[in-house]
Amino acid sequence: MSETLRKIRVQCEINGQTATLEAYPMSRLLDVLREQVGLTGTKEGCGEGECGACAIELDGALVNSCLIPALQANGAIIRTIEGVADSGRLDAVQQAFLTHGGAQCGICTPGMILAALNLLARNSQPTETEIREGLAGNLCRCTGYTKIFESVVEACRATRDPA
Amino acid sequence: MRSYVPGYEMEMARNLEETLERLAREPGVWKPFAGGTDLMVLLEAGKLPHRRFLNIWKLPELRGIEVTPQHVTLGALTTYSEVRRHELLMLEFPLLCRAASETGSIATQNRGTLGGNIANASPAADSPPALLVYDAELELVSANGTRWLSYQGFWKGYKQIELRNDELIRGIRLARGKTGWVQFYRKVGTRRAQAISKVCFAGAARVEAGRIANVRIALGSVAPTVLRAIETENILRGEKPTPVIVNAAQEILAREIAPINDMRSTARYRLRVVQNLLAEFCERIAA
Repeated sequence: MSETLRKIRVQCEINGQTATLEAYPMSRLLDVLREQVGLTGTKEGCGEGECGACAIELDGALVNSCLIPALQANGAIIRTIEGVADSGRLDAVQQAFLTHGGAQCGICTPGMILAALNLLARNSQPTETEIREGLAGNLCRCTGYTKIFESVVEACRATRDPA
Repeated sequence: MRSYVPGYEMEMARNLEETLERLAREPGVWKPFAGGTDLMVLLEAGKLPHRRFLNIWKLPELRGIEVTPQHVTLGALTTYSEVRRHELLMLEFPLLCRAASETGSIATQNRGTLGGNIANASPAADSPPALLVYDAELELVSANGTRWLSYQGFWKGYKQIELRNDELIRGIRLARGKTGWVQFYRKVGTRRAQAISKVCFAGAARVEAGRIANVRIALGSVAPTVLRAIETENILRGEKPTPVIVNAAQEILAREIAPINDMRSTARYRLRVVQNLLAEFCERIAA
């Protein structure tokens, strides 16, 4: 516990911007994003990979950022909830969460939306079972899940049949 | 309590050769670190005693799935997500795909690796019972060369495995040829996702004219290690799965395991469930 190591340099791309960060190699990417980059949209829930509140995309894959050491983010392409809307225009999934009451206290929402977006990127028309599985790693303590689930179903519909 | 993160070191060698040299030069000093889904949890809980890690996540020599006429060899860094979407694995090794899809959540499956699941050596891990049913062999590499070990016998005790501290698991080789077998996998946990098993059962049987010509049964969460139920297999082999034989096999199975009471379940529940799952497997064989 006595020795304190030096920080390392981590170069990555976050929401389309290149970033050079200084971090301890085993700092959690979650903390680096929130405290150093100021991207506080990524939330901490359990801190042990069980709740999905800290979910982000790392090289296109959904991951829990509390389980990623900073060193492993070197060279990575990262997307957080702040990178989802396109210059102020909400993504269909975000809009559906607003319209259908998918967000209540909001802590699980960034992770839920990224999990949903990641699912839709892999499978643009998922079945209800696939949606449930896609969201199964994200816990919500407010909504009872039904409104979240309906928001994603609605986002799929809106993407399929644009108004 | 959270660990003091500045006290932890992580470095990265450029390739497999350098990684193995580091492990050989300073044995026990460096521990390999792959997807982090187990080690980062310990870090956060303040329960990660080891302090120096070598990042192996990007080593290409430990990635990829190779198929030959006799075998499928999975690189140790194969993730659960890669297992799940591999067509040949879905066809020939459904138990492994089931195990992968029932591990954690999508985010866990994107980072968790088969090699990590083996090296972490939890008796409650989801993939080892499937790997045992498929007669998995492990390719272990070190600066001194390569050796192959059967996964059956790789466990020495609770969280103890036959892996030297200068060695890495490079690959996991599975024997093909069980497509005609009845295959059965069941993880019993508190919920569908994000659960650690109370009991895990993997079985495969080759049936000829109603008789069990050959059989493999492997279990998780019912002993200090994941284990093959060899005596239970022996009593079933050559028999028809009649109620008398199934009852006898359930009795033998009870003697082969050593379930405990812990935060997830009780010894009694685990015993009862594993015996029920054996009966269900036998029903499947008889169907």
